[in-house]
Amino acid sequence: MRGVTRRSFIDWLLGLGIVGWISSVLYPIIQYIIPPRVPEARLSAVKVGKVDDFEPNSGRVVRFGNEPVLLIRTEFGDFKAFTATCTHLACIVQYRPDWKLIWCACHNGRFDLNGINIAGPPPRPLEPLKVVVRGDDVYVTREA
Amino acid sequence: MWRRIYRWLDERYQLQALVEFMSHKYVPMHRHTIWYYFGGVSLFLFLVQVTTGILLLMYYRVGEDASYESVRFIMSQVRFGWLIRSIHSWGANLMILTVFIHMFSVYFTRAYRKPRELTWVSGFLLLVLALFFGFTGYLLPWNQLAFFATRVGTEIVGSVPAIGHELVRILRGGEEVSGATLARFFGLHVALLPGIFTILLTLHLLFIQRQGIAEPESWAGRPESEKRRMPFFPNFLLRDLLLWLIVLNVLAFLAVFYPWELGPKADPFAPAPPGIKPEWYFLFMYQTLKILPAKVFFLEGEFVGVLFFTLGGLLWMTVPFWEGRLGKYRNEIAHLIGWIVLVYIATMTLWGFRS
Repeated sequence: MRGVTRRSFIDWLLGLGIVGWISSVLYPIIQYIIPPRVPEARLSAVKVGKVDDFEPNSGRVVRFGNEPVLLIRTEFGDFKAFTATCTHLACIVQYRPDWKLIWCACHNGRFDLNGINIAGPPPRPLEPLKVVVRGDDVYVTREA
Repeated sequence: MWRRIYRWLDERYQLQALVEFMSHKYVPMHRHTIWYYFGGVSLFLFLVQVTTGILLLMYYRVGEDASYESVRFIMSQVRFGWLIRSIHSWGANLMILTVFIHMFSVYFTRAYRKPRELTWVSGFLLLVLALFFGFTGYLLPWNQLAFFATRVGTEIVGSVPAIGHELVRILRGGEEVSGATLARFFGLHVALLPGIFTILLTLHLLFIQRQGIAEPESWAGRPESEKRRMPFFPNFLLRDLLLWLIVLNVLAFLAVFYPWELGPKADPFAPAPPGIKPEWYFLFMYQTLKILPAKVFFLEGEFVGVLFFTLGGLLWMTVPFWEGRLGKYRNEIAHLIGWIVLVYIATMTLWGFRS
């Protein structure tokens, strides 16, 4: 090859060695700071309380495994559930009985009782979950 | 006796050369001299943060079940714990305020121009680091406000295309803001950020020592006899020290009469409280994100916001490098840009505060 002297070849080799050395130091550090994925048990249904625990026209954030879920009892007495994490910047939403809407206090996002984003910055609807009332017990389930 | 110690040291370390160097340092005196003090005040507040931070470390414990309790312990059981914590919180706010004032005063006096480009860049990076200090430190008491501020703040990073989600996981130490996030933010706040900050601060101060304090542009071409100066040592330094004392008093006043509250403990299963807002220095970004619609053309609103502030920040940091190409009206244009930025930040902050 033209232009390649013994010195430039050695320089190139040394450079490559330094890059390799830096990579071999950085690679494990980068891998270390990426948190490992912890497998989560996929929940099918969670009992969240008795029917009488929930007043009509009220809402409460309940646990669905590691996830917060907003359970709403509408003024007509039926139940609705949505993931409580706002689709804008992940604040936890709440039910506003005065507006009969779901509201995010962080950036004033609003969703209707079908979880559809109707005002403010949220870009997507909330994910709906199914509510099953069996006897007196209220269950939240992900299955459609 | 002091003289003997000095002579002993001078013989070994040639202190006389240093004294000589310092005695030749002058501070220009003109109607904008007052702005020169804000760099020193920021430095003082950083030292206050380091001191109170080390003191807080003696009792603070990190963890979902320990952080809130340990801060409550500091505030209720440890003697003067409330004072130290309050000074640390107020000091952080005052430091960011004085750094902002320092930055805008350097901008409007055009002291960032050649040969001080790197002083400007290092100063801007120090401001960014100070904001990171504020953001990471805010989570450490593990209270409700802190929890949501971190949830929102880290989620913003998620709007970066392709790698956003992975970046959020790295920041949080998992999918959600949890004890893992606390551990990471603690490490950043007390080890990594102070390390980088100290290196940058040393560089920043070295640049200033090497080049001297910027003279106003109107002095160019004036005869030396018309330029009024005061010696840095001891005149300027003593005035600066007096100001430090005043700032310390202001800090003590704020900490005693407006003690920093702790609020309720973070609960990952409670809705965000009404009226929740970030600290004042993030309000202008918060308000911008709040008024952006869900979609701007085909892009998500929050991504447009992030892009806007990233590009804006980069342009601001590199101003000494492109501002010279603005041609004949560069002074006027630079001045106008400064005012637009200042008015934008002030308006958005006030709007965010009132809404």
